[in-house]
Amino acid sequence: MAQKVLILIGTKKGAFILDSDPARKSWSLRGPFCDTWPTNHVVGDRASGRIYAGGGNEWFGPAVWQSDDFGASWTHSSRGLAYAEGEAPVKSVWSLAPGADGVLYAGVEPAGLFRSDDGGESFTALDGLQKHPSRAEWNPGGAGLILHSLVLDPDDPDALWVGISAAGVFHSADGGRTWNARNRGTRADYMPEDLRYPEHGQCVHCVVKAPGLRHRLYQQNHCGMYRSDDGGVSWQSIEKGLPSSFGFPAAAHPRDAETLFLVPLNGDTAGRFMPEAKAAVWRTRDGGASWQAMRSGLPQKDAYFNVLRQAMATDTLEPAGVYFGTGSGEIYASADEGENWTRLAEHLPTISSVETLVVEA
Amino acid sequence: MMEEIAPVKVRLPAHLVRLFPDGQTYLELPAATVRELMDALETRWPGMRDRLCDERPAIRRHINVFVDGRRARLETPLRPGADVFVLTAISGG
Repeated sequence: MAQKVLILIGTKKGAFILDSDPARKSWSLRGPFCDTWPTNHVVGDRASGRIYAGGGNEWFGPAVWQSDDFGASWTHSSRGLAYAEGEAPVKSVWSLAPGADGVLYAGVEPAGLFRSDDGGESFTALDGLQKHPSRAEWNPGGAGLILHSLVLDPDDPDALWVGISAAGVFHSADGGRTWNARNRGTRADYMPEDLRYPEHGQCVHCVVKAPGLRHRLYQQNHCGMYRSDDGGVSWQSIEKGLPSSFGFPAAAHPRDAETLFLVPLNGDTAGRFMPEAKAAVWRTRDGGASWQAMRSGLPQKDAYFNVLRQAMATDTLEPAGVYFGTGSGEIYASADEGENWTRLAEHLPTISSVETLVVEA
Repeated sequence: MMEEIAPVKVRLPAHLVRLFPDGQTYLELPAATVRELMDALETRWPGMRDRLCDERPAIRRHINVFVDGRRARLETPLRPGADVFVLTAISGG
């Protein structure tokens, strides 16, 4: 059956969508959507085909937008997307994850998690993160105290991981009611030397789950790249062979647990752009033991851009497509697992997130 | 017998009302306080109160409500026929 591929793009000034057929050679751009609100994350629910966009507007507050016609029309809601009376207001939605049975999770700033059981029409607060004993010690990262990584466990509908800047990774086995810190083995280089491996307080940038292996996770941190084979209970560094230990996004392969894509930047105090101003996506085929720079088609001169924490994704086709969006508004795509790259769009607003949706046409 | 609440004259920003079906930038609604006005707007366009108020509860930080030329809060009373302007503050980049 014919398929079409959508690249869902969240930007500082609305959502955009790129469309193609499965050949992924010719793309057309639509947008801006969501009334040009700052849109931090746009995701597609593969089961329903519905697209969700989460963001927040300085004037009008946080909202989740929904589209049932692949972006042609949108509605929005924030019913229930609020903390208890008197608490610091929810400022913005930062992450969305559609789960089983039509559930939608939404991560927000200041860090917290909400759940919708009616397709984003209304939300219920899961207040376990607010009640976590370490909550008072959490400090915001550069973009605020944001819950940006939201990873569901396909084998257990009650299990999920979140990444919060800069509180670290937390895991819940009971649908978000209670949480345990899962940061053992990840560094906090900005702490005094004898405090560099705390239980929480790490500056996680992105957590992704590998396909097929129940307990395999990957993490790009402010301070290093990591792999976990026990669901985040412990992490091992996989940064050897990479040009720096700093970067924002990580993207797992849709089928191969050993393949991961990263975009290391030149360093947190060195400008946070492409190393030597030459763009590369780095790929491992062996779970992070070795790395290969993928540069064909990417700018190898004057590439002073970054790629933010949610701005890289793969698709589910064969071979897998890989996509990333830059802080300077460009979308790059590879239809062959990173071997060759093409620029699909330029001059977009600052890109916050990139996701894909493959649907029957 | 309940005393009937007199309508006030409300102006809403265009980039707010376009988020709602059949939104309009001018209308007259009965309300004795700004809080009641927000309730009336919510009844007319479900979801609009969330766009203008947060959970403290208060008018959002970058929204200004002026009543007869003075900046108002949720508790501010409205006289019959009051002129209410809902405005977005300078914000963004």
